[in-house]
Amino acid sequence: MTAFTATVTIRLKRGVLDPEAETTQRSLERLGFDLNDLRSADVFELDLDADSAEDAAERAEEMAERLLANPTIHDYDIEVAQAE
Amino acid sequence: MTIAVIQFGGSNCDRDSVQALESLGFDGELVWHEDGLPEDVDGIVLPGGFSYGDYLRAGAMAAHSPIMAEVREAASDGTPVLGICNGAQIGCESSLTPGAFTTNESARFQCEHVHLRVENAETPWTSQYEQGEVVELPIAHGEGRYEISDDRLDELEAEDRILFKYCDENGEVTPEANPNGSKHSVAGVTGEDDHIAVMMPHPERATLSDLGRTDGQGVLKGFAE
Repeated sequence: MTAFTATVTIRLKRGVLDPEAETTQRSLERLGFDLNDLRSADVFELDLDADSAEDAAERAEEMAERLLANPTIHDYDIEVAQAE
Repeated sequence: MTIAVIQFGGSNCDRDSVQALESLGFDGELVWHEDGLPEDVDGIVLPGGFSYGDYLRAGAMAAHSPIMAEVREAASDGTPVLGICNGAQIGCESSLTPGAFTTNESARFQCEHVHLRVENAETPWTSQYEQGEVVELPIAHGEGRYEISDDRLDELEAEDRILFKYCDENGEVTPEANPNGSKHSVAGVTGEDDHIAVMMPHPERATLSDLGRTDGQGVLKGFAE
């Protein structure tokens, strides 16, 4: 078994309104910053032991499907790296 | 008839629901989620509140608590289930009902009275009303915006699975009368079968005549249908 860190990034699907991101963007603009768009995302770092990076990714995907993301409104991606 | 009202950590409309149910002649039974679902309940309320502090997403944690497996099983055996507010979020997160309730368009918590138009008066929850009738109920939520894919929503509309839509006092469904940016102004939907339903507005807060209007009684009477 090897120690891996799986990083799960969860974003709202394109086209799903993100009122918190819009409010944050407006606040940045009020501070004088110039930007075209702002998207927010949730990032979860999962430390786990697995036989391979593929195994670790598979388990992280199951966790994303079952709980971390809501597939109705979210897309997600997973990156796996060997833990330092 | 005994209606179980499930208490999660952070539920706060559980006792209101029991009181409203009892005023209509039901036996309301508070059930702590860790105690499991009692046998022989005739209906289940998933009440409002902030289960698990709305961590991750409103309703996400409660949806995966063990008692929800029992609720899904009871629902599939025909036991009526009504999710209200946080209970609606739990219902969608646990796939009892389609779609998701997420952050209001305003990005703010909103506590106000709204008008709702009865979209399908042939469900247990709406049969006390006329088709197209306008009722007034309170809302109190920060994450009540109904989200679902356009295709899926068209299917739900075609299958008459929308219970209520937000409207103005004349029953017109307009963007101005939509308090939270819900798609198609949806305020409540049914599951695969219409004995399962969820809604963001609070019928239990508009049931006792001492508190004013009683437009919500009709929804709760659905447990007797």
